[in-house]
Amino acid sequence: MAKKTHVTTTINGQQVEFLCEARQSLLEVLRDVLHLTGSKEGCNNGNCGACTVLLDGLPVDSCLVLGVEVEAAEITTIEGVAQDSCLHPIQQCFLEDAALQCGVCTPGFIMTAKALLDRDPNPSEEEIRFQLAGNLCRCTGYDKIVRAVQDAGQIMGNQRGATSAAAQANGSRASKAKARAGSK
Amino acid sequence: MKDFEFQTATTVDEAVSLLAARGERAKVLTGGTDLLVQLREGMREADMIVDVKKIDELMQLAYAADKGLTLGAAVPCYRIYGNSEIAAAYPALADSARIIGGWQIQSRASVGGNLCNSSPAADTIPSLIALDAVCHLAGPQGRRTVPVAEFCTAPGKNVLGRGEILATLVFPAPADNSGSAYLRFIPRNEMDIAVAGAGSWVRLNAAGDTIEAARVALAAVAPKPLAATSVSEFLAGRPAVEQTYEEAAELAKNAATPISDKRGTADYRRHLAGVLTRRTLAIAVARARGQQL
Repeated sequence: MAKKTHVTTTINGQQVEFLCEARQSLLEVLRDVLHLTGSKEGCNNGNCGACTVLLDGLPVDSCLVLGVEVEAAEITTIEGVAQDSCLHPIQQCFLEDAALQCGVCTPGFIMTAKALLDRDPNPSEEEIRFQLAGNLCRCTGYDKIVRAVQDAGQIMGNQRGATSAAAQANGSRASKAKARAGSK
Repeated sequence: MKDFEFQTATTVDEAVSLLAARGERAKVLTGGTDLLVQLREGMREADMIVDVKKIDELMQLAYAADKGLTLGAAVPCYRIYGNSEIAAAYPALADSARIIGGWQIQSRASVGGNLCNSSPAADTIPSLIALDAVCHLAGPQGRRTVPVAEFCTAPGKNVLGRGEILATLVFPAPADNSGSAYLRFIPRNEMDIAVAGAGSWVRLNAAGDTIEAARVALAAVAPKPLAATSVSEFLAGRPAVEQTYEEAAELAKNAATPISDKRGTADYRRHLAGVLTRRTLAIAVARARGQQL
């Protein structure tokens, strides 16, 4: 038996501890040790992106990361994208826009799309295609995926706008209240 | 993948002593995007992997307009093009960093790793040569410097000795009226290995109509990344016009000594070396004149 290393990391907001051999990839750890089987193994050499997870906020191919490298890291997998029983807008739009057929590439696409839209909910089509170039799909021909990402971006942008408008409204109410208090 | 011992080095000295003790059986890990594939596919073997991403010196990215750029060997590509000041000062480097693999690869892969992997088709190396970068190496015998143009020796081979690592790449401060560019040709839009590539750097006179100095380097047309000195020497003192780039392209074709393989024939690669030289010179000159490209 090869020597195993004890690793403590954060996955989908929860602290997780696991034992792994140095040769095991993060993808093997996620799937075989932690039974988080949403991340898929496609090519296992960094070409297809089916195993994409977010490592400290950045999309990476989990087949090209060693389990022992993620000590004290923050990882988000496809299992951490939906909140409670509520699908994330990207997941909802992939469903509604039929942006998947066999579905093997979908978790990876959603993770990369999430990294992209979290940064900018309104990317150009060219930017979407460029940033998703590390994710391969052999079913859809990509157009429906691009459309789903655009639609999800619109929802996320609106949500963000609504949140910041609410914050602004709260802020201006608070400052008006403060001004009134000050004038007394 | 065969199991190995995993070590995380936190200082250069620690990495050097771990590597010196194991020699060829120990490998340096930065982003792992080449190394882990090679280990998995049996192209390389290792008893020990030394992760160098916790060494501050190898993770530094320090730029000052008057001093130049110090790029730690383990800095991932996204940090280079993500820094608008550095991308503007060394556009060829940013061009290269932006097209290596996809986003997932760029989150991890380092320019230093691309150099140490020493592929003749490496996308960063022509840019490093064109930008006159110098390798700062650390080994059991101490420190030394080697120009990037002299670093690679053969496909997958370089000047690193037993226990020696690449610590940083140091770039001179960007000269006034200078510009650079990297282009590669691949049959797909993204995510492929160069059939051929070219990196060009030019410095123009104050009027912006004459090339005072230039450096051109080529990828995937020789057993190692090629500093096309005949092209660079020809360009010095020539007018910055299309005719000059056409003539430089002919010289680049003559400098290339490509092979035929699954990515392209020798003739095709020679042709590409010319086309890419001409195009990168035009972009480098436009950038030197202050155009945003």
